[in-house]
Amino acid sequence: MTELAGLSVLRPGPLTTVQDLGRRGAAHQGVPRSGALDEPAHRAANRLVGNPPGAATLETTLGGITVRALGAPLLVAVTGAPAPVRVDGHPAAWGEAVRLPAGATLDVGAADAGVRGYLAVRGGIAVPPVLGSRSTDLLTGLGPAPLRAGELLPIGVPDDAAGRPAAAELVPLPAVPTELVLRLRPGPRADWFLPGSLLALARARYRVAPASNRVALRTEGPALIRARHGELASEGMVLGAIQVPPDGHPVVLLADHPVTGGYPVLGVVPEADLAAAAQARPGTPVRFVPARR
Amino acid sequence: MDRRGEVAVHPVGDHALLLEVDSGAQVAALYARLLAERARGGLGEVAEIVPAARTVLLDGLPRPTDLVGELAGWRVAGDAPPEGPLISIPTVYDGADLAVVAAHWGVSVEEAVALHSGVEYRVAFCGFAPGFGYLTGLPADRAVPRRATPRPSVPAGAVAVAGEYTGIYPRSSPGGWQLLGRTDLMLWDAEREPPALLTPGMRVRFVPASVER
Repeated sequence: MTELAGLSVLRPGPLTTVQDLGRRGAAHQGVPRSGALDEPAHRAANRLVGNPPGAATLETTLGGITVRALGAPLLVAVTGAPAPVRVDGHPAAWGEAVRLPAGATLDVGAADAGVRGYLAVRGGIAVPPVLGSRSTDLLTGLGPAPLRAGELLPIGVPDDAAGRPAAAELVPLPAVPTELVLRLRPGPRADWFLPGSLLALARARYRVAPASNRVALRTEGPALIRARHGELASEGMVLGAIQVPPDGHPVVLLADHPVTGGYPVLGVVPEADLAAAAQARPGTPVRFVPARR
Repeated sequence: MDRRGEVAVHPVGDHALLLEVDSGAQVAALYARLLAERARGGLGEVAEIVPAARTVLLDGLPRPTDLVGELAGWRVAGDAPPEGPLISIPTVYDGADLAVVAAHWGVSVEEAVALHSGVEYRVAFCGFAPGFGYLTGLPADRAVPRRATPRPSVPAGAVAVAGEYTGIYPRSSPGGWQLLGRTDLMLWDAEREPPALLTPGMRVRFVPASVER
């Protein structure tokens, strides 16, 4: 008989949320997709501890997290933004499965580079799902609130059939960019901008703005100029859409983006490029590269 | 421009198509047809069908280009939206902006209540927050501007108007819509199936209720 396993949150860090692969199929009810911003890093963390890809992990932001294993020994793995990992004060591996004895403290320090770290625990973070997902959605407040000190997180029972810990796997360092290069395809409202705006966007240099969050990567740089004014009627938005609000600064929509919006979409960044966007710190130069269809 | 219900198809990235028509009524017809088409397997894999003011977004398509040819040939009617289920919303008309809206309409407060509760609405689309439906039904000449300064906190259950739409706040949030009243009905309940009380296509009536609560 196994004891009930859990994690006690000693230090939640600046912003730590529970994330999985997000909610699908409820956008028509006003429910955003949400889910891990750096999905490859989330998947890698789960693989390392033998979880299915949809198991919930903890997504940290810049400052890491400190937790204690309760009740039973745990198998954990840290991926995403590279950061020092310690177990009871002793250095431990980043990007590998690490055994955490019952009562031991795991500390993930401030990220050396990048923004978002992922902490997976064998069995998964077992908070109750909402609409089929355990993800925290910061835009609408669905799912568990961001972690607080003193909180207890339940850990699920590992499903041995689902997978074995990938002991020998090498997890690639995430795409922590010194320059963020985002491919882009023309968007549905490119005609709302001056002709040549897509090329102008590709030639210009932007930087990641400090106001970036799970909803959107905001940018600073030359303003794009609209050819059509007035309000666009609200319409459905996709992950990676480059929305341009009246100030002319492109905004790339991320996982917690609203399901509909009223700003014209000039272009769309393919999903494969968004993991790097999730790891780009404020001030990082951004370049948009036109992609062929 | 009269495209007579023709559906314009815009590709959006690698996995989505934005279908555009000319009116909210055409969106209703197009949305109903897409749901029927999906139910009989005609659309293949699609994760989301998201109606909005003049568009319907199909998202999560493995190969959107496969559908473009078929959808571009569609035409939709724009006069009679299909009949959805009807729900009554008991509403206490005591909102902070009721007098402002009545003045905007050039009627008394009592007439404004009669006017707002005398119309059958339709849930055109959801957005802004889970369970927040944009309800159409008010005549075009009753459109009202948003408040110049949004309120930092609008209470859950507030019945409000902005532009051509009526909406009900599912939870307390900031908001710039003009408040007409309130209802005790729970607009969003994650334990309920579906969690949203109002989903696109439903018909809605507001029934004036007494002030006590």
